[in-house]
Amino acid sequence: MSAVLGHHDDHAHDDHHHAPTGWRRWVFATNHKDIGTLYLLFSFAMLMVGGICAMGIRAELFYPGLQLVNPELFNQFTTMHGLIMVFGAIMPAFVGFANWMLPLQIGASDMAFARMNNFSFWLMIPAAIMLVASFFMPGGAPAAGWTLYAPLTLQMGPSMDAGIFALHILGASSIMGSINIIVTILNMRAPGMTLMKMPMFAWTWLITAYLLIAVIPVLAGAITMTLTDRHFGTSFFNPAGGGDPVMYQHIFWFFGHPEVYVLILPAFGIVSQIVPTFARKKLFGYASMVYATGSIAILSFIVWAHHMYTTGMPVTGQLFFMYATMLIAVPTGVKIFNWVATMWKGSMTFETPMLWAIGFIFVFTMGGFTGLVLSMAPLDQALHDTYYVVAHFHYTMVAGSLFALFGGFYFWAPKWTGVMYSEAKGKFHFWASLIFFNVTFFPQHFLGLAGMPRRYADYPAQFADFNMLSSIGAFGFGLMQVYFFLFIVIPMMRGQGEKAPQRPWDSAQGLEWEVPSPAPFHTFENPPKLDETATRVVS
Amino acid sequence: MTLGQKSQRHWRAVTHALANGIAGFAALLTTAAYAVNDLPGGPSVNGINLQPAASKIAEELHWLNYFILTICVVIFVVVFGVMFYSILKHRRSLGHEAQDLPEPLWVELGWTIVPFLIVIGMALPATKVLVAQKDTSNADITVKAIGMQWKWGYEYIKGEGEGIGFLSTLDPAQRELSNIGDHTNLPDDYLLKVDNPLVVPVGKKIRVITTATDVIHSWYVPQLGIKQDAIPGFVRDNWFKAEKTGTFYGQCAELCGKEHAYMPIQVKVLSAEDYSAWVQEQEKAMAALADDPNKTWELAALVKRGAEVYASNCMACHQANGKGGGPIKALDGSAIVRDDNIAMFTDVLLKGRLNGAMPAWSSLSDTELAAVMTYAKNTWSNRTGQAVQPKAVMALRGQ
Repeated sequence: MSAVLGHHDDHAHDDHHHAPTGWRRWVFATNHKDIGTLYLLFSFAMLMVGGICAMGIRAELFYPGLQLVNPELFNQFTTMHGLIMVFGAIMPAFVGFANWMLPLQIGASDMAFARMNNFSFWLMIPAAIMLVASFFMPGGAPAAGWTLYAPLTLQMGPSMDAGIFALHILGASSIMGSINIIVTILNMRAPGMTLMKMPMFAWTWLITAYLLIAVIPVLAGAITMTLTDRHFGTSFFNPAGGGDPVMYQHIFWFFGHPEVYVLILPAFGIVSQIVPTFARKKLFGYASMVYATGSIAILSFIVWAHHMYTTGMPVTGQLFFMYATMLIAVPTGVKIFNWVATMWKGSMTFETPMLWAIGFIFVFTMGGFTGLVLSMAPLDQALHDTYYVVAHFHYTMVAGSLFALFGGFYFWAPKWTGVMYSEAKGKFHFWASLIFFNVTFFPQHFLGLAGMPRRYADYPAQFADFNMLSSIGAFGFGLMQVYFFLFIVIPMMRGQGEKAPQRPWDSAQGLEWEVPSPAPFHTFENPPKLDETATRVVS
Repeated sequence: MTLGQKSQRHWRAVTHALANGIAGFAALLTTAAYAVNDLPGGPSVNGINLQPAASKIAEELHWLNYFILTICVVIFVVVFGVMFYSILKHRRSLGHEAQDLPEPLWVELGWTIVPFLIVIGMALPATKVLVAQKDTSNADITVKAIGMQWKWGYEYIKGEGEGIGFLSTLDPAQRELSNIGDHTNLPDDYLLKVDNPLVVPVGKKIRVITTATDVIHSWYVPQLGIKQDAIPGFVRDNWFKAEKTGTFYGQCAELCGKEHAYMPIQVKVLSAEDYSAWVQEQEKAMAALADDPNKTWELAALVKRGAEVYASNCMACHQANGKGGGPIKALDGSAIVRDDNIAMFTDVLLKGRLNGAMPAWSSLSDTELAAVMTYAKNTWSNRTGQAVQPKAVMALRGQ
């Protein structure tokens, strides 16, 4: 069977005539390719739902004054946009890539725990349904911001409990997925593929998986304490009972900061695969890239209170977190320099995956610079909770994570589907997305500097023009993703397009390119014999 | 028609369409810009930078912002200059062949250590400003800003104006404008105007203590360079010193529920004389609202009122049972309290004792003092049956 929807050519697999077809294939899926496909389709659906919430926000903010929604619903859109995008779109998308690519890249036949893999995915469906259905509960969806600060969360209706339950389930799914990834990478690499010969995408996911296992339980703690404060008479965060609202922030951000590195490290891994391919040169400074990724991950545990500079921390605390946060800029910069050095004196072509990777480097770095500005505690006093922060994290998460995901899609989808996408359409998707993205979010830096706070349903009239511009950009950006799905993804899934060769990118290195396109249902059933670079199979 | 003429016609049509599109777009934007103006003390139309500084801290923040921005822009230009040069020159379409570069250790060490030093260079001025921002000592006036859903309360707790307190709420007409949603006719101070602004004198260090009654809010005034979360159950402090008179606007900066966008902050900075005049006006107004000291009270009513005054002011030291403890005198059974002649009792209350170990309670009104004295005389084992009238206290004040 190929992994494309509906195509079943199982000539070489007579012993798999019992392999399920139809709905059973998907519900009982244990094949990493099928599960990868499920994760990717799920994450795209959530991208659309989160995008609709964003359209709600930007439509209301198009003009000053309330035209479309009341402030309660607006806050629900803001909260759900964040929760859905982080937990429903970006994280599952990277897990989808991990599922598809890690066994292929390390020469393994599948993930270590194939049935737990199925459970990890299917858990997400009821969680997502609960999260989205919360809009229809009494009082509407949670409206406390995706960060769910106490004591505001104690005032929310039953949807907050549904949201907490959904987050627990999503967290459990992430933890199981991470265990799967770590065990697979550490135990199932083909002989000869030492850790320091492993593809960067595998390294970044190995490190990300450890981050997830360390911090998701902390999130679970914070939201459980919120739940018991709401219903079981505890006062962890409720000041009326002697509780401490700031403690919630500490616990949440101890999760929250490593979480944003969870959202970006796999993106770094994807970019580290694409750039060498299209520069026709090996990745510059492979060992440094590994150490830099590890440093970023370790440092990410000691910087959390930079989200809390205005809570009234003592000076020493603020200074410590400021210095630690600024320090993360160093390994991140090292990675950027290594990518540029990979391009330097290469022989570059600019097919769509490379466009996305270069776009990532350019725009993510801008997000990194605004992060450096925000890390300065005194400046953060002016910028905290303004649109400057909103601009910063959209530059890193959209122009960062999402662009890398698109790049990875264009890069690997020929292997998944067996057909090439239309290069013209791919380039159009890229340029239009890049332009609309900047139209949406660049003005938000100005809004933040000029003093517009975030999570505001209405604003002083001086902010009107930039808000309108941002909204126009947002509509365009959203439309482009619908275009992407209709004109790139669906044709490829239907098998429409030029047949993809085994190695569609002439300089692509790695074991995933040693199998046919589309990748057969089972690959590397026996561990392959590798050459000394561990990138080629030798017979 | 020649090919050249056809091509010219084509490009003229395209540029014509493009120009029309841009003009139409600009018209859309300019109609949207309608008649709003910069708000002095508040946001400017299409502002792209921090608001103008009205305090030295805000000036430092401007400087820090430019400093970091400059460094970032320089690094950006250098790094992306290299990258775009490479994109232009090191292409296969130009026939450039890939060359594997040597990877000496000094390169990796170099581009680790140099950014590290740059980061240290940025951290030094930032540290200086942060330490200054957090130094709330030696304030001239201390005010408490209390965040509530969805308005601010201000209390002047130390310095000139002590005792003044009021609520500060968004102008209801503006809240109504928001609901109406007519974006073409909004005032320059839309969503920023309050009924009672915080009033402070110019050039004086104002310590702002923030707290809240329900959820987390945040007190943010851009031009004064101040933002501090208002957290229920906690008091946090910050400070500002306005370098010029005028009105400065800010907004709540922590999501606090549905009216988060509708609880602005307005700070009116007056000259020292104007401020003193305002203080006097406020105190007169407060006194006018206070109890009429000529009223004659019933015993039971005095005791009831006195219990409230006692709980708020005296109980912490003298205990609910009136027995005090250690150096704190017992009121229960006290000869001074039970004395028919209230001269000594009143003197203790008005002037305090032992250099303020027993504070002076002259800030309480005549009615409040009379009530608490009556309460003390008629509670615990004190059963004098005596009622102290406010006018009796008033007569003894000032002696």
